Amino acid sequence: MLEDKDRIFQNLYNDFGADLTSAKQRGDWKDTKEICGKGREWIINEIKTSELRGRGGAGFPTGLKWSFAPKEVGSRPHYLVINADESEPGTCKDRDILRFEPHKLIEGCLIASYAVNAHKCYIYIRGEYFNEGQKLQTAIDEAYNDGLLGKNSAGTGWELDIYIHYGAGAYICGEETALLESIEGKKGQPRLKPPFPALIGLYGCPTIINNVETISVVPTILRRGGKWFSSLGRPKNTGSKIYCISGNVNNPCNVEEEMGIPLKELIEKHAGGVIGGWDNLKAVIPGGSSMPLLPKETCETIKMDFDACVENKTGLGTAGIVVINKDQDIIKCMARIARFYKHESCGQCTPCREGSGWMWRMLERMAKGEATRDEVDMLLDVTKQIEGHTICAFGEGSSWPVQGLIRNFKDEIIERNKFDPIVKKQKEIPYLVDQHLLEKENA
Amino acid sequence: MAVKKISKVQPEKFEFNKKNKETADIIIKNYPSGKQQSAVMALLYLAQKQNDNWIPLSAMKYIAKYLDMPYIKVYEVATFYSMYNLTPVGKYFFQVCTTTPCMLRGAYNLVDVCKRKIAEEENRLSEDGKTSWLEVECLGACVNAPMLQLNEDYYEDLDPTKLEQIIDKISNDEIPQPGSYRGRLSSEPENTRKTLIGNKNA
Repeated sequence: MLEDKDRIFQNLYNDFGADLTSAKQRGDWKDTKEICGKGREWIINEIKTSELRGRGGAGFPTGLKWSFAPKEVGSRPHYLVINADESEPGTCKDRDILRFEPHKLIEGCLIASYAVNAHKCYIYIRGEYFNEGQKLQTAIDEAYNDGLLGKNSAGTGWELDIYIHYGAGAYICGEETALLESIEGKKGQPRLKPPFPALIGLYGCPTIINNVETISVVPTILRRGGKWFSSLGRPKNTGSKIYCISGNVNNPCNVEEEMGIPLKELIEKHAGGVIGGWDNLKAVIPGGSSMPLLPKETCETIKMDFDACVENKTGLGTAGIVVINKDQDIIKCMARIARFYKHESCGQCTPCREGSGWMWRMLERMAKGEATRDEVDMLLDVTKQIEGHTICAFGEGSSWPVQGLIRNFKDEIIERNKFDPIVKKQKEIPYLVDQHLLEKENA
Repeated sequence: MAVKKISKVQPEKFEFNKKNKETADIIIKNYPSGKQQSAVMALLYLAQKQNDNWIPLSAMKYIAKYLDMPYIKVYEVATFYSMYNLTPVGKYFFQVCTTTPCMLRGAYNLVDVCKRKIAEEENRLSEDGKTSWLEVECLGACVNAPMLQLNEDYYEDLDPTKLEQIIDKISNDEIPQPGSYRGRLSSEPENTRKTLIGNKNA
């Protein structure tokens, strides 16, 4: 277990208050000038040494991302954009950073902006987080009044302005290029890549986009050294991470822990165990709703980091752990997730727009036991038709949870949906009639 | 499902009031010159607040002129994002999160209470005409599930009884205290906190 002194977010539970004075007492804004004084190369190298990987879900190395920004500013200005459009079901870590540790984020913005030559930073907050946005705005105003932002931010000589841009309830705007479209005042539909935003991003200018948590840990890493951060966890999966544990546990909570902590320890120790005891565990979604679920056997041993999750055919994602126990209907749970994706598909690519609805309707019927046995394989086929055939990763995000369900609970689905439409078994139904045409509303 | 329907009854004219005009001009300055289109989302939100929680077509036309952009572009944005209400909703607008993490903790029991105490169907006004409700997708407070959003505030850690009390208060025009309804102040684990213990006593 991580020691308390190594936890970056000391105010995760708001023991001290989020204002500037108490933030400074916790060590925020200390030596910011000296850190920036060491130069861009040093900052980027230190972040590379720390092996910090993006905390927004994809886990892309942050230092590498920053080094993609053009070294010299040409005719186009550079931008830094912070992704606070936290909408992945199961994830609520950025909300706590916005309301309790806003100064870590603002200081991180300053250092990152300096490192990538940006004078303007936009923070894209989901529209529902209105109150959290107001708290962040208060913190930004405090920083301006204290000279930590503006013409000569924190005495570094660097000019930086931070603006908040509110979203309006679209999950897809968490995808980086959709987010840029949204800031430009358009529908949030992802762009084709390449060109990547690091070269052509917001308003066609070089743009670096990072998650809230990624940026918020940067000041502490630079103060304590990249070596310290990389000493936590294991190689390629270093540092600490805020885990959100929700669902059927006794004490749902957010907790900052070392990367690679066993999933069982997180659930048993921090979240007070599964409701009904560990043996009542059915499955766990380890990284927000987009990631395939894990059956109980895997949950016994799996360690929570990027690579260990991939080895177990899932992903760490945003580390939003959703625990599902045996009192729940697993097919219904996944049908609800499929409904989420149907609702949130932006409608740009046909496989995703149509397929997400298909998956939802098929799963709803499977939950009721009204599907035919063949449809289980058909559903798997639909997921394969979506995956990899869309502009953004939403296609994968919507089809992986369904694939995970079929991979781990196929027997249970078939058990419930034994129905066979072939005439020899169901004589009263005329041959060659598509069963779903006889269905009711969901057909 | 949130089906975007445009209200049949539309006011003829819409204009920002003085205060919102000032706010709008400040927001536009947040973006580089010539990129005023970026402010469209914020302006739509202002219009929605000014117009009893919904956006009429005349407001979209007004904003299009205000930002010097085609009306259809504003219309596109207003219909794309789910937080813009294009038909009137209640003065007190309940949005119940029912995505899986909330569902696991009994969000559909809250939906039942809404059906019983507000209106049988989503997006229909209650009998006193003040309240309406809607099922929405993940609101990002999964650790404090089940929860709902009432206008701009989050009400967390609910159960059916507590929601009934909230609705009763609302029908008397009292705004109940937002936040957790089990006395939690953040997303720390209840009773079993194992981390940052020193801070707690500090």
